[in-house]
Amino acid sequence: MTDRLPEIDTHSGVETTGHEWDGIKELNNPLPRWWRFVFWASVVVAVIYWILMPAWPALPGMQGHTTGVLGQSDRADVAGEVSAARAARAALGAKLAAQDAASILKDPELSQLALGLGESAFGDNCATCHGAGGRGAKGYPQLSDDVWLWGGSLDAIEQTVKFGIRSGHAQAHVKDMPAFGRDDFLTAAQIDDLVQLVRQASHQTADATAAIRARPVYDANCASCHGDDMRGDRTQGAPNLTDEEWLYGGDAPSIRRTIFGPRGGVMPAWTDRLDPATVRALAIYVHSMGGGE
Amino acid sequence: MAAGVSRAQGADPSTLTVGLILLVVLVFGISGAANAVDPRFGAHAWMLTIAAFAWLAGLLIWHEESEPGQRFDKTYYEEGVVKAGVIATTLWGIAGFLVGLIIALQLTFPNLFYFPDWGWTNFGRMRPLHTSAVIFAFGGNALIATSFYVVQRTCRTRLAGGMWPWFVFWGYQLFIVLAGTGYLMGISQSKEYAEPEWYADLWLTIVWVAYLAVFVATLLRRKEKHIYVANWFYLAFIVTIAMLHIVNNISLPASVFGAKSYSLFSGVQSALIQWWYGHNAVGFFLTAGFLAIMYYFIPKRVERPVWSYRLSIVHFWSLIFIYIWAGPHHLHYTALPQWAQTLGMTFSIMLWMPSWGGMINGLMTLSGAWDKLRTDPVVRMLVVSVAFYGMATFEGPAMSIREVNALSHYTDWGIGHVHSGALGWVGFVTFGALYCLTQWVWKRQKLYSNALVEWHFWIATLGIVLYITSMWVSGIMEGLMWRAYNEFGFLSYSFIETVSAKHISYIIRALGGGLYLIGALIMAYNLFRTARGDVPAEDRKNVPAAPANLQPAE
Repeated sequence: MTDRLPEIDTHSGVETTGHEWDGIKELNNPLPRWWRFVFWASVVVAVIYWILMPAWPALPGMQGHTTGVLGQSDRADVAGEVSAARAARAALGAKLAAQDAASILKDPELSQLALGLGESAFGDNCATCHGAGGRGAKGYPQLSDDVWLWGGSLDAIEQTVKFGIRSGHAQAHVKDMPAFGRDDFLTAAQIDDLVQLVRQASHQTADATAAIRARPVYDANCASCHGDDMRGDRTQGAPNLTDEEWLYGGDAPSIRRTIFGPRGGVMPAWTDRLDPATVRALAIYVHSMGGGE
Repeated sequence: MAAGVSRAQGADPSTLTVGLILLVVLVFGISGAANAVDPRFGAHAWMLTIAAFAWLAGLLIWHEESEPGQRFDKTYYEEGVVKAGVIATTLWGIAGFLVGLIIALQLTFPNLFYFPDWGWTNFGRMRPLHTSAVIFAFGGNALIATSFYVVQRTCRTRLAGGMWPWFVFWGYQLFIVLAGTGYLMGISQSKEYAEPEWYADLWLTIVWVAYLAVFVATLLRRKEKHIYVANWFYLAFIVTIAMLHIVNNISLPASVFGAKSYSLFSGVQSALIQWWYGHNAVGFFLTAGFLAIMYYFIPKRVERPVWSYRLSIVHFWSLIFIYIWAGPHHLHYTALPQWAQTLGMTFSIMLWMPSWGGMINGLMTLSGAWDKLRTDPVVRMLVVSVAFYGMATFEGPAMSIREVNALSHYTDWGIGHVHSGALGWVGFVTFGALYCLTQWVWKRQKLYSNALVEWHFWIATLGIVLYITSMWVSGIMEGLMWRAYNEFGFLSYSFIETVSAKHISYIIRALGGGLYLIGALIMAYNLFRTARGDVPAEDRKNVPAAPANLQPAE
């Protein structure tokens, strides 16, 4: 090979390596100058970065890894930022926690603060179930209307947010409707009649004679919570049966299913997870969604 | 020939060994089916039993019907397995693109494509089906088929190993079926791009070692003095994937007859091993392997020499040395120690020029033949693939910089980046190679229709542009939304708001993916007509004779 003159590619005038595979030859162009320059520049950048920042596992006798002349550490930075944010929050939290919700609302600056915090916390914690903007979903009450199960005042909302519903917290709202069907308190026929009564009360098409038959059953079994006028009782979390808002649906099968056995929806006690200022801000934010009392 | 003669000569050792392996699989399958501790493993054991039985039966029939002298005739290239690979690549590609389109629609219209009664249609199961189908089924078959073709041609010798190349091909298809059906049944070891469980991993290990053996034995048998550059890249790909696959999948099965296993690694070590694997799957499977395709098919198709031998040496060694360090850039700002993040980032930056070495060599090989960009749409496809390769390998180092990654990580920008590489580079270079291979191994003077290649090219290119631009927009938008604070220092957006904001981008992305799928269907039709030997009506008047079957030692 060496004693032969290099083959020259006629098009480019560049010599080939003299090899050929399945008709493919190779030119022997030099590395592009810019390519070599950028490659070595990237190596220089890397070396400078290693000098400045934590980079290489340490040689024996050194601690852990090279720390870099800047001494920068992500963990220290994060710890610093978190404690700074905590300090900022502490001042804010003290302000929000010190005053009751009603007086916060009177202070424009403080109420802006509470609404900002509430909106942010609502999106990250509450919207998953109650929907963006609090529009609710089946089993998860709508928060932007004026229908409240456990009360719509600032204090009542804060109470609910703090301790939740059937959350296991000692102060949680816990009131279960009996399982009238599953536990054989009522017969299937009685439940069917009650369904008609509830539909009649909520202004839907209903069998009037069945509703009349159901009235004594209602008075004996339901009225103690849902009231003689069927308008519910917020102290017990008993829904108003005469409006058109339904947590689990107002069609006959859904109502029958609810009377048959309770649904037992759960809301967490947020006092276990959020600081008092955030809980208060959430109450103020939910109150502001449209139906606050 | 008389049956007695063939029996007297007996089967060759490679067929016998393959048969013995299949017998072991059959025994394992039957005992697995009888003793399965969970029904999903039982289903896979049945699948193994049926596959091994059918395969053994096929081997026996083939052995009885073929003539001994013509089995594995060393005066001919082995092209049957290449043809099978071309068909498998095309079909798996279409399947993978289709599943990709489905999951894109699931993300866009979650209510329309949600079937709670059919758990297997859940996004969580379909997503690994898509990634494995396009990377391993489409890409892997493309690599196996092209490597088997290229190594024979550039070594001027028949593939070594007799039955072994066929074992690699069918064994690989069996692995794909095990993996894909496993995902749909909910079998996963939860390692991204390495989801299949221990028994599928063991099977792939056997297949892969056989692949390495066939490739190396063919290289050793070569009739050329030097090893061609494409083969360096194929060899690097095969060896490194073997290492990555074995190390990342070391685990202990909970039962020999159950699907579940426990990884050897835990915590941040597990994360680092996983991304050492994951990034080098990109580096050695989707980069080195496909650079090998580029290094053969571009110079061959444009009939020009490779631009620089020196550049190919320098960028080969720098690429494989540097790539293996880059994995930690997938774990910026996590529990991974910061020094490891630094190394991942800086090696990714140094990787930029070694990656571009391949692009330069690919593009500059066209010097003297630039006119072919206009006249041959297959060349255009190959060249555009190299351009996308260049773009993706610039974007990658940029995204590995920690400050950029702070914005881009976990967003759709990552999805867009991956797809500019996958659709643009891996997809297009594979399409180009499929057009070439179909024409060459089926011995056709030309493709059935260049016009259909044009359609494929433009529809797919439009699809890629829609895909990556929509993902850039939605990725950067969601990254900015995640880090936006309001005047009081609270997050401005809840997570669900960032999801809703991406809806339009998702529609555009699904449209882009749909176009890409249509392009692949056009290609499949064109390849089918080409392989069948159809000639378009306007060409029928003047049909040239097919070229003679080339022989290795002519």
